[in-house]
Amino acid sequence: MTETTQNAGEAPGEQAVEERRISDYPTREGRFGVYGGAYVPETLVFALEELIETYRSIRENEQFWAELRELLRTWVGRPTPLYGANGLTRHIRSRSGKDKGAKIWLKREDLAHTGAHKINNALGQAMLAVKMGKTRIIAETGAGQHGVATATACAHLGLACDIYMGSEDARRQKLNVVRMQMLGARVIEVDSGSRTLKDATNEAMRDWMGSVETTHYIIGSVVGPHPFPAIVREFQSVIGREAMAQSLRAMGQMPDVIVACVGGGSNAAGIFYPMIEEEIRMIGVEAGGESSDAGRHAAPLSLGSPGILHGSMSYVLQDESGQTSEAHSCSAGLDYPGVGPEHSFWKDQGRVEYCAVTDQQALDAFLLLSRTEGIVPALETSHAIAKAVELAGEESKDANILVNLSGRGDKDVEEALRLMGGEVKPSEMRRVQRNRRKDKKRDGDRNAGKSQPDGKES
Amino acid sequence: MSSNDEASDMMNESTDAPVEVTTDAIDREHEPSVVAPPEAAEPEAAAPCATEPPVVSENRIDRVFAGLRAEGKRALMPFVCADHPSPASTVSVIEAVDAAGASVIEIGIPFSDPIADGPVIAAAMHEALVAGSTPESVFESVRSVRDRVQAGLVAMVSVSIVQRIGEETFIRRAASAGFDGFIFPDCPLDEASDLSRRAADAGLTSTLLISTTTSAERAERIAKACTGFVYLVTRAGITGEQADAPDIGARVTKLREWTDLPIACGFGISTADHVRAVVEYADAAIVGSALVRRVNEAAASGRDASAAAGAFVRELAGGLE
Repeated sequence: MTETTQNAGEAPGEQAVEERRISDYPTREGRFGVYGGAYVPETLVFALEELIETYRSIRENEQFWAELRELLRTWVGRPTPLYGANGLTRHIRSRSGKDKGAKIWLKREDLAHTGAHKINNALGQAMLAVKMGKTRIIAETGAGQHGVATATACAHLGLACDIYMGSEDARRQKLNVVRMQMLGARVIEVDSGSRTLKDATNEAMRDWMGSVETTHYIIGSVVGPHPFPAIVREFQSVIGREAMAQSLRAMGQMPDVIVACVGGGSNAAGIFYPMIEEEIRMIGVEAGGESSDAGRHAAPLSLGSPGILHGSMSYVLQDESGQTSEAHSCSAGLDYPGVGPEHSFWKDQGRVEYCAVTDQQALDAFLLLSRTEGIVPALETSHAIAKAVELAGEESKDANILVNLSGRGDKDVEEALRLMGGEVKPSEMRRVQRNRRKDKKRDGDRNAGKSQPDGKES
Repeated sequence: MSSNDEASDMMNESTDAPVEVTTDAIDREHEPSVVAPPEAAEPEAAAPCATEPPVVSENRIDRVFAGLRAEGKRALMPFVCADHPSPASTVSVIEAVDAAGASVIEIGIPFSDPIADGPVIAAAMHEALVAGSTPESVFESVRSVRDRVQAGLVAMVSVSIVQRIGEETFIRRAASAGFDGFIFPDCPLDEASDLSRRAADAGLTSTLLISTTTSAERAERIAKACTGFVYLVTRAGITGEQADAPDIGARVTKLREWTDLPIACGFGISTADHVRAVVEYADAAIVGSALVRRVNEAAASGRDASAAAGAFVRELAGGLE
């Protein structure tokens, strides 16, 4: 697997073209099948070519990767743990049929510095920018997580940092705005269009058009023109590489299923990609929002069709004449009308299943994990939890389901409260606790005289 | 080369870029559907030589430039945002700009995410979309005005729109509405070969942009892939008004070594003096944001937008004298 990971972002030699495996994409031209490419104004071609060149050169540069590994260890806090979620698993088993209730494992990206997987990419790209001699960084942000991660990496490396954020998002995520400012970044609020992530991305690209010579644009997900999807995947693949080794230690085997939420799709690509050639069922969970009506969801893979947005061809939410549609999700990080081109490729290849989970289901999962495990997940991540819980109830007890716990939910507490109608219902809590007591009793009866295999932690 | 699969249209490799230029050739080994035989025989005229404008062209843009060249004149190429300030104004604005001295008119088809455009044009496009603009409504306006104006009409259109509607369908509809050519502002050379070929098949020109950051080697290839005229971007960055005239002499001179096509310069050209400075070297000056702003201001203060557009273009045309 190490070899395929090392090949990320570049096609194998010409001789291998006939036998291109699913992990051998993108092609040299940045294509994942028909998806990807680089549909950008000519002014940006120079910057993308420079980025491709630098990226190729650092691939062979052992010193760069050693530096990155050291920072990931001492500054980001990697490796993040793999955690056996026994509390959640018990809850699921208490409501499942006989011999049902797969075990759920969580890859704890919420424990990475700044509270989400976003830092893996932000740090890697900021170091890349230093290698290119750029002195200024720009980035777009929706909920503020990528903005905070980028501002944090720039503070560490001494780079000037401007973050574009829709004014609507800035209002909803005031705390993250202040956080970025405290880290020394300038937050530029965007008043055009829908004033959310899509418009912040447009504005960051416009900035880059006029500043390409001195500025690097750190895209926050596996989206945008080539080579961004490949580079972001590479920096996020540390999640999957760690999870693979940790699974072998903790489960004694590969997981049977991996579940991750998909907005742009970077945490999903990060955990899927290193294991994409393995026989593991993989599920990407999109934001189903309020309904499947146009404008009420953010699920381009489930409900959209192929089109071009922000520089690449992928599934997208567009009207019949190519205008980008509004997206909706309770989770700002998933509230985006596009998705990374590699996910579109994996979907069409049948390699990864994609589904959508509604705002309400995500909110239920948000509370469920908080109350069964003492882990408050991000609303984005809660979509993956919801799907994993549903699936675990159908799967055999012997099965292992790995969920990428991509971020912590502290940022979402206010939004969750609003969605719950301004009140956290205690009855809900009591019900969960009652179940736990019941489960304990039942587990005790059932496991009398048996050793309990659960409870290990890697 | 033809394919009935719209999504794979973008995959087809350039006919003039050799495959060994691996960074630019579009890979398609893994995509057998696009190498299928063409669904229909292509007409003989389907392989125009991009470097030489045809001796006798039926295309209005070619004829406009040939006529100006014969008289030793230069061209003004104003940009108007279709369906702005209102869907009803498109026809009258085009007529006014034509009568005021435009040789070619760029008609921007409103797009939700125009990343190459500055605040003035982006806002105009946004307003037009809110008012209900669609590519079809723009085609309708062009169809009704085509016979009443002399200028060549070029559609400035995002590749996102073209791809969604389908390259072939979009180009056919644009041609039948009366457009003479296309500018694809967010489609770089590497993705454009199929679009250019289809436009040529329909008898329309297709223009790509050359930027300040474009290398000489690449600029040459872009110039050779254009038909009608070459668009030289005068500054890095997005569209929008600027205080100073751009310095383009050396770049235009260099470009003429590679192409006989007319060279049009745009981005930041805002006054008659700028126009004068540009056409000292280039064949045409493109003015966008400065014109759209005047249309905006007229509409906002209840004045006639088309009259304001006409007056400003007449003023700009002073730079051609």
